[in-house]
Amino acid sequence: MKALAILLLALAPLCAALPAAANEAVPTDLDRVQQKRAVDLAENLRCLVCQNQTIADSNAELAQDLRRQVREQIAQGRSDAEIVSFMVQRYGDFVLYKPPVKATTLLLWFGPALLLLVGMLALLRNLRGRAKRDSPHALNDEERARARGLLDGSGGKDAA
Amino acid sequence: MNRFLFPLGVFVILAAFLAVGLTLNPREVPSPLVDKPVPAFKLAQLAQPELEFTQKDMLGQVWLLNVWASWCVSCREEHPILVELARNRVVPVIGLNYKDKPPEAKAWLKQFGDPYMLSVMDQDGRVGIDYGVYGVPETFVIDRAGVIRYKQIGPVTREALEGKILPLVRQLQKS
Repeated sequence: MKALAILLLALAPLCAALPAAANEAVPTDLDRVQQKRAVDLAENLRCLVCQNQTIADSNAELAQDLRRQVREQIAQGRSDAEIVSFMVQRYGDFVLYKPPVKATTLLLWFGPALLLLVGMLALLRNLRGRAKRDSPHALNDEERARARGLLDGSGGKDAA
Repeated sequence: MNRFLFPLGVFVILAAFLAVGLTLNPREVPSPLVDKPVPAFKLAQLAQPELEFTQKDMLGQVWLLNVWASWCVSCREEHPILVELARNRVVPVIGLNYKDKPPEAKAWLKQFGDPYMLSVMDQDGRVGIDYGVYGVPETFVIDRAGVIRYKQIGPVTREALEGKILPLVRQLQKS
């Protein structure tokens, strides 16, 4: 237990250093709000070199250049929407981590919900069918007698 | 019977989608710049840094813009094809020397041959961003009016040149 505590204490400065490292590239000419915007924007733009990383995560040169672009444009007073459209004009919708909802992406956005719906309907149908199939029906006299026989342990053959 | 046909059908559809997905190249992101005017630039030339060059200087001609760098490994792959293209004088090629150091770029051209009508220097990569460059080499086919008609991402292969780029260039030159 004590060893664990020491380990955690030893690791704590490392964890604390991480956000600082992420911020190191942000120049000082942006105020706190602008820096936050720069980081938020960078976290929503895809690095096209290492495609599963945002430009905030990636250290590829292109990501660094794009981060610089974002910061410069914020310093120039451009809005977030303007900066995003700057990127989309050059790199297409792919640069957005969150694809826009439009005709070509409808299936992407609503496909999972559609699949869920289809699955629910299939499940419902299946359950209903099973309920109908397995519902207990009343026994007639012969069946009742046979069941009694079975329960009495006499094999139900000489039921009567 | 129906009970088995349905899952089988779903499986076949899923397998077909995945099979197509496997053959696609995730690196090929369609460029939104195709059929748009070339982004403007005004850059110093590699051979004569005191001279500037802009995309306007090519108006009226069909031309290729090839983004290259001496640090780019696959540029070496396409380079002989570009040199051969230049020798045949089919279409002028302008080089956009992307994020490179001029001495290294010049040495590279000396070593491997210079297929470019001229190269311009984009040392900080800003023009590259305007062109949506993310994987050097990239090659743009630009028509007489200065509109981008095609973008090749990655090296110009012989198939790409003969199957796509040259036919397009000839067609654009006729019109």
